[in-house]
Amino acid sequence: MPAKKLNLRKRYELLTRGMGWETSYQKMDDVFPYDSFEGIKITDWDKWEDPFRLTMDAYWKFQSEKEKKLYAVIDSFAQNNGQTNLADASYLSAIKLFLTGVTPIEYAAHRGFAHLGRHFRGDGARIACQMQAIDELRHQQTQVHTISHYNKHFNGLHDPFHQFDRVWYLSVPKAFSEDALSSGPFEFITSISFAFEYVLTNLLFVPFMSGAAYNGDMATVTFGFSAQSDESRHMTLGLEIIKFMLEQHEDNLPIVQRWMDKHFWRAYRLLSLVAAMQDYMLTNSPMSWKEAWEIYFVENGGALFEDLSRYGLRMPKYHELATAEADHISHQIWSVFCSLGNATGFHTFLPTEEKMNWLSEKYPDTFDQYYRPRFEYWAEQKKAGTFEYQKGLPQLCQVCQVPMVFTEVQTDPMQISYRVTEHGGDKYHFCSDGCKDIFEFEPEKYVQAWLPVHQIYQGNCGGETLPEVLEWYKFKPEDSGDYIGSQDYLRWQEWKGGEQASKQVETNK
Amino acid sequence: MSAKKNTVFLIVQDNEDARPIIEAVEQDNSTVTIQYQPGMVRMEAPGRLVVNRETVEENIGRDWDVQELHLNLVSLAGNVDEDDDKFEISWH
Repeated sequence: MPAKKLNLRKRYELLTRGMGWETSYQKMDDVFPYDSFEGIKITDWDKWEDPFRLTMDAYWKFQSEKEKKLYAVIDSFAQNNGQTNLADASYLSAIKLFLTGVTPIEYAAHRGFAHLGRHFRGDGARIACQMQAIDELRHQQTQVHTISHYNKHFNGLHDPFHQFDRVWYLSVPKAFSEDALSSGPFEFITSISFAFEYVLTNLLFVPFMSGAAYNGDMATVTFGFSAQSDESRHMTLGLEIIKFMLEQHEDNLPIVQRWMDKHFWRAYRLLSLVAAMQDYMLTNSPMSWKEAWEIYFVENGGALFEDLSRYGLRMPKYHELATAEADHISHQIWSVFCSLGNATGFHTFLPTEEKMNWLSEKYPDTFDQYYRPRFEYWAEQKKAGTFEYQKGLPQLCQVCQVPMVFTEVQTDPMQISYRVTEHGGDKYHFCSDGCKDIFEFEPEKYVQAWLPVHQIYQGNCGGETLPEVLEWYKFKPEDSGDYIGSQDYLRWQEWKGGEQASKQVETNK
Repeated sequence: MSAKKNTVFLIVQDNEDARPIIEAVEQDNSTVTIQYQPGMVRMEAPGRLVVNRETVEENIGRDWDVQELHLNLVSLAGNVDEDDDKFEISWH
């Protein structure tokens, strides 16, 4: 009779423990030099447990199944010219921003977790990080494969990794991920696994991917949900590491709370780009940014922090402001892109009447009062042929690197929110108290920020004129500007026949 | 501790593989609400939600490994407890 199969708990225990040992030729502190300088005290690494109890053999089995399913769909999408079933080709602006802004973060996360998979002292935690490192690489690869199909038919997708290191708005995700990567291992995992993945990633992958399904983008919904199936494990890892740190030593609480405050704000500022994607760039939005914020942050985040309050952890600082801003940020960010649409790697378009009515309904307290008049004014200018893009370059926040467009939503929504501090005789500017606090705690880190606008003015970005800078970004003239009249638009018309085929015509022509 | 129980949720892809799992959740969780959204199905319940291996096996007529849930999982909220017989999420 074959031996009885061990149960899951036992298998997990055997396959994740005893993979490490107490070193004798070298001191443990020399072998694991990075896991103590941050001040996090761990007394017993064996207390670490992955609630999914996933072992490497099961990991390979399930991941290979996920891959087979995913590539079958991507192949079928390509073979059947799935791109012609999109709601509108203008929808691809959202995908261009996703693939140039998010895909490189996946790769950065891969690097970070590979580092942790080597440098955590506990073997259980190392294994979980190794799996996540492989997951993140998989996400980056599946997204690149999706790009490769769209890249055959549409502009702006030809060089995301080159652009990620240079382009003015892509410095927002780049600065976020490099802030985490240049931290110690516990701060990195708090930033990525908890603040980003547990608290906020649902806002990126769940309503946005559901939006992709809603707009006929089978390729994106497939890689999105396939990535998200790993994400559930990452989120659980994030929650586990927080609980683990807090249970190990009471001195860890203030450190974890500060990281929580910081990385919540960093990740939230990054997601302002997603807010614009969700409300404006999706042709049909199944859910507004504000609705998604209410469900996935206010409700679920609230439940999460109530659960963690038994350890003394409180809601992240400035979360009330983030909730108040939910009425504004998507409109503000889309306005930035529309006013600088000659310098984006995707096409911009003003909201149609139908879209504006939807926005009025979803944002009854703000859209008609503050934002509709702006878009209508621009639409009139476009009709009259007098519309001009911004001539100057925007001031950027020293920390989040988003142009300074956020406003004092709790007091005067038409007043730009400016904060300033001095360090070493220089002034530094911020979009919010959240970003200013982050700078003031570690000024030596953030004075080194590579701010795209400063770099352009210093002559480090290909030249003095806009065409030179865009060439340095490897943007081609056909990548930018209005959607209406673009090559993407003309190609879409050719496939679909006639002007009525585009949903963007009426207000943009 | 508040009297009101916070919501836990489990989101799976809206596909054939997930259907018997959704049905098992409906059978075993009297307080669950199920929302169909584009491409996905969101199951939420106050405080606790469980997927039982036995119920899924009865629905599909074959052995089912609880970890197969990973293949179609989109997201979740709550503390996870998984073993050979069940996948459970709850708030403390």
